[in-house]
Amino acid sequence: MKITKLTLAYLLLTLGAITMLLPFVWMILTSLQPATAALTGPPLRLPHAWQWLNYSRAWHTAPFARYCLNSLLVTLLTTAGQVITSILAAFAFTHLRFYGRRLLFNGLIALMMVPGELLLIPNFVTMTRLHWVDTYAALIVPWLASIFAMFTLRQAFSGPTFTTYYAAKLDGASDWQYLWQILVPANRSTITAVAILQLIGSWNAFMWPLIITNSETLRTLPVGLVTFTSETGADYPLLMAATVFVILPLLILYLFLQKYIIAGITRANLKG
Amino acid sequence: MLNAKPTLKSTLVALLYLAPLLLVVGVFTLWPLITSFLMSGYTHYNYFTDHVGGFGAANFRFLWHDPNFHLALQHTLIFVLGVVPATVGLSLGIALLLNHLPHLATFFRTIYFLPFVTSTVAISLVWNWLFHRQNGLINLLLHTHIDWLNDPRYSLGTLIIVCIWQNLGVNIILFLAGLNHLDPRYQAAASLDGASTWQRLTNVTWPLLLPMTVLITVNAIITSFKVFNQIYALFHGTAGPANADLTLMYYLYQKFYVENQYPVAAACGVVLFVLILLVTGIAAGYFHHHAWWAGRRSS
Repeated sequence: MKITKLTLAYLLLTLGAITMLLPFVWMILTSLQPATAALTGPPLRLPHAWQWLNYSRAWHTAPFARYCLNSLLVTLLTTAGQVITSILAAFAFTHLRFYGRRLLFNGLIALMMVPGELLLIPNFVTMTRLHWVDTYAALIVPWLASIFAMFTLRQAFSGPTFTTYYAAKLDGASDWQYLWQILVPANRSTITAVAILQLIGSWNAFMWPLIITNSETLRTLPVGLVTFTSETGADYPLLMAATVFVILPLLILYLFLQKYIIAGITRANLKG
Repeated sequence: MLNAKPTLKSTLVALLYLAPLLLVVGVFTLWPLITSFLMSGYTHYNYFTDHVGGFGAANFRFLWHDPNFHLALQHTLIFVLGVVPATVGLSLGIALLLNHLPHLATFFRTIYFLPFVTSTVAISLVWNWLFHRQNGLINLLLHTHIDWLNDPRYSLGTLIIVCIWQNLGVNIILFLAGLNHLDPRYQAAASLDGASTWQRLTNVTWPLLLPMTVLITVNAIITSFKVFNQIYALFHGTAGPANADLTLMYYLYQKFYVENQYPVAAACGVVLFVLILLVTGIAAGYFHHHAWWAGRRSS
């Protein structure tokens, strides 16, 4: 009786897993088909000659190297910025005394509830006023801080580490030294988790880069992929090869850093 | 020091630490929040000169009478009703199964979570190909010739399927975390009292998991209210056939970016915000009531 139930569970989960994997498998299979086979050939078969050339063809049809570089630059800078601003603010909220601390913190938490989409239009107007439309600054600067990341780090920093703080202060360490030499290294797994979540969000960001950039040289990978789609039309093997460029880097990252990603999600949503 | 009272000097020092975050949040979150509410009241707004001709409820009146806005509102509600119950139900079921699995639970979790790290735009393009009328895999498997993406009767359903697929993973992870937080002593006690697996599920696990379920549901509703990327990629920069997939966020995008009607778009944003606040408020009310109820029970 127990065995049949377990078999049923495995069967259902395998069925679900196949559904989850299907789009990925189909993307890769299609990307290796000859250009015409995908639309006209007999369906559902392995390509008889693997068309690895599709990848280099796609890479050179549009400036994907440039898109990749842009994505890398924007992702790394925004993630680094978010982590640094969050560490500094989280330290102030946990270890420093100042007037209006509770008020300021509650204000920030209230702002966290605001959907980012509501801010799209005024931020676009701000960018126009600053003459930042279609620049790297527009892609990076608005995303240099994240209340969400600060909130997660604040929780980690208010752990039972205050005795070390007193000890360090007694030994003559400054706040600055304590923060970077003791507190940050002690919380590196939480910081890594926060950083990776921000990195995923930044790499996959679409609406803001779509709106704020016009020139081809500033496109990030998702935006570049969409314009590539409207330009190539129905060449699905080529299209799927290009899709792999966008998806693959994070997929590899995920397989290596899964632990941190899941810990980050859990921590952020369960409040500690 | 921690127990010390704040002084002017310690406040100044703390402000230096806070300054980078506060500057960015102030300019790109607080300020736009205020201006977007103001902008929703602008009438005769000239974007190029930033000249405001007047102030009033005209933009909201426009939305009230715009058939496209009604369409967007209607589609958004259908979309939320289509995506959220299915996502929450399926992810709860899968999480419960995974939680009881003696082997391979991590392996399955890895697979189910894949969409979370995948660009919504990129994978929606793959789905666009899967739903292709002639040689798409879906029609081949089902032996049908449905025009999933170009037939207005099907296209909203297609979008719903794609979004359920994308949202499952993260919700499974959250449910798994919730299940791990439960005190195992309740299960043990129920077992000792001779409760069956099903009884333990409905009488022990489910009530304990209910607050978590509400939290996940609210999260899913808010995310679904704001759907945009998937539509843009799935229907190649349109709102689907005959506007069949026009949602509130897509309407906002069209008014703002395509038609340059900033105040109308801002008003649509305010409506979206109010809807989200409403859902959050109902959930907060539930938690308030729940805490009160739980408190009474234990006393």
